[in-house]
Amino acid sequence: MCLAIPGKIIELYETNGLWMGKVDFGGVTREACMSYVPEAKTGDYAIVHAGFALNLIDEGEALETLKLMSQIDMKDIPE
Amino acid sequence: MTESVLNIEGYMCPLPLAHNERIVLAHGSGGRMSFDLISKLFLPAFDNPILRLGDDAGLVTIRGEGDTTLARLAISTDSHVVSPLFFPGGDIGRLAICGTVNDISMLGARALYLTAGFVLEEGLDMETLQKVVASMQSAAEEAQIRIIAGDTKVVQKSKADGLYINTTGIGLIPDGIDISGSRARPGDDIILSGTIGDHGIAVLAARGELKFETDLSSDVAPLNGLVAAMLGAGREIHVLRDPTRGGLATSLNEIALQSKVGILINEEAIPVRPAVQAACEMLGFDPLYVANEGKLVAIVEQGSAEETLARMKDHPLGKEAAIIGKVTENRQLHVSLRTAYGTTRMVDMLSGEMLPRIC
Amino acid sequence: MKYLDQYRGTALVHGLIHEIERTVKHHWVIMEICGGQTHAIMKSGLDQLLPESIELVHGPGCPVCVTSLEMVDKAHAIASHPGVIFTTYGDMLRVPGSREDLISLRASGMDIRIVYSALDAVKVAQENPDKQVVFFAIGFETTAPANAMSVLQAEKLSLKNFSLLVSQVRVPPAINAILGSPGNRVQGFLAAGHVCTVMGFWEYLPIAEKYKVPIVVTGFEPADILLGITKLMRQLEKQSYAVENAYSRVVTREGNQPAQGIIEQVFMECDQKWRGIGMIPASGWRLRPKYHGFDAEVRYSVAEINTNESTICIAGKILQGLAKPYDCPVFRGECTPAHPLGATMVSSEGACAAYYRYGRPI
Repeated sequence: MCLAIPGKIIELYETNGLWMGKVDFGGVTREACMSYVPEAKTGDYAIVHAGFALNLIDEGEALETLKLMSQIDMKDIPE
Repeated sequence: MTESVLNIEGYMCPLPLAHNERIVLAHGSGGRMSFDLISKLFLPAFDNPILRLGDDAGLVTIRGEGDTTLARLAISTDSHVVSPLFFPGGDIGRLAICGTVNDISMLGARALYLTAGFVLEEGLDMETLQKVVASMQSAAEEAQIRIIAGDTKVVQKSKADGLYINTTGIGLIPDGIDISGSRARPGDDIILSGTIGDHGIAVLAARGELKFETDLSSDVAPLNGLVAAMLGAGREIHVLRDPTRGGLATSLNEIALQSKVGILINEEAIPVRPAVQAACEMLGFDPLYVANEGKLVAIVEQGSAEETLARMKDHPLGKEAAIIGKVTENRQLHVSLRTAYGTTRMVDMLSGEMLPRIC
Repeated sequence: MKYLDQYRGTALVHGLIHEIERTVKHHWVIMEICGGQTHAIMKSGLDQLLPESIELVHGPGCPVCVTSLEMVDKAHAIASHPGVIFTTYGDMLRVPGSREDLISLRASGMDIRIVYSALDAVKVAQENPDKQVVFFAIGFETTAPANAMSVLQAEKLSLKNFSLLVSQVRVPPAINAILGSPGNRVQGFLAAGHVCTVMGFWEYLPIAEKYKVPIVVTGFEPADILLGITKLMRQLEKQSYAVENAYSRVVTREGNQPAQGIIEQVFMECDQKWRGIGMIPASGWRLRPKYHGFDAEVRYSVAEINTNESTICIAGKILQGLAKPYDCPVFRGECTPAHPLGATMVSSEGACAAYYRYGRPI
């Protein structure tokens, strides 16, 4: 149920009445439906599953999470 | 199954079917099912000492008077059924030449001659055929081999995906060279000549069914030049294998079984292009199982890896070569992989088709 | 890859493991209920790094495995109709029904095609107006928005030759069923991050409250999973039972509102049978009557099919933690460890079958 990966939205357009976009996953691009992220702009990152963008990635939260993870990491680790 | 009480512990993963009654696509994907088809159907039927060695090419010894060895030949055959016929980096013609040249080279043999058999589909564009043949000649020149015999058949429309090509090759094994999938020994180092997964992903993209785009090209190339450079190092090479369909994982498993050893590889050491990684992440594939057509694995005597590696890196087809692991004493004949975190997991053969997953 | 690689760092992983080791003082049984998380854990060997006092149990989190045998048989019956192009996500190809699978049906000449996106199935219908196209719409909540959109698109394009065979499952009722079953040993959950991307995590609040069990929404990269486990351990050790979000870069409490709106428009709740488990009330979605024109079950009236679960199916007992994957009988008897025929299971190499293959003792 869960194979979804982050990608960068590089184009947005309408096809057959559906809001679509081209997503770059880092050397591989694919079209994905953008209907569920109407607020998306090119340059945004989205989490994409089975050809659909499910949510935009919150850069702030992403950094917060990394910070939280590495703060845990920075505690004294007894050797 | 009507029950009012939930059987929570009844959750189980349904066992896939064995597919023994009919040929399915998985029988051709180079993995476990192909392996089983060969070992359970073809080998018992054709059984002989040469086949029993289990390498990609057959080793034939030509004897002279007084039972002297006049020559040792490597003979191999390969059929090419790729779709689409043309893809970034190559085409079915180039594949047909390189595939067989490479199989011959994996015995350490100097590839000399190829035959080419064509099965043409009625309606095939003459221009397409001309392009394929031109590509074959170009690859033959690059590999410095000559095509010396051939055959052509035509079948009715829709029976050949446009065109199928079979090539059979002959090479001469130099004196003193003894390279075989059965020669891996505990302690040997394992070298990979470059990035994995390029060909499989490039062709998948070109097929268009999954509708993704990439700049990746197939790595299809004749490896005989690289092999010659490696043999020139004068070091002990025990095994050479080109990981085609089924990928690196399948080749290593085959070698482990042939040599009756274990193999441990280092995940971080395996070179993978970012685009291959991205495509695999998207589809749920593992690059270890994706086909290559211009890469080889070399298993070399302990202590000689650095020198062989240096030779490889000097050659255009080995620039990204890396030592990726070691042969171990593991009596269970498994291939294991050490992750970046120091944990280990098993790497099995490809079982059937690689199927894109949503789960 | 951005937003992926940063959450895989070795320093992060080891740091989180140390924190988990420092935190854990008791034995805890926790469950993740997502095939993707099972795969991620096994692929990275995270289970080898966790302290032994954490018993990590794998729940029924793969929609491919839990699709009921009846539904799989219906799919096969429909795929066997001449004139039908049967489209499906790749994972479903290998799933065995009572008699066969889609692979053998394809081998015997049926037109069965893998699609990556539900919209590609709609395209197949547009491009083949003289054929009937059926799309096997399976999945958890993560896939529901995609499957739903295919119906709306088909309607917009006035396609008469497109229908859906729907087998949608929902996670919260499954968690309820697990926690409510006698003999349940699970004390904490890692909630599936991508399911919650769509649905949010508000549905889990009453569950945590009712059973006094902590639930942490967790992502998929190694550091994400370990962060989820860290938060779960902290809660368990101090006996708290809140719902926390450890995947906040894509998950919010409310989830994706447009997606939930479309799901609500196209689907309605129904009781759903889970393969090997049984009927879990309200655990599925089916097409609303308004969309019965696109319902393959209506179009093909596949009546009660005689189902027959194979006796060599792997016996689970996994939820009870009474058996570990390598106890699986497939690895005993006539199947040698080096030749686990069929153990690679339904998804691509090492996916849902992850724990069967990766988990073998070395």
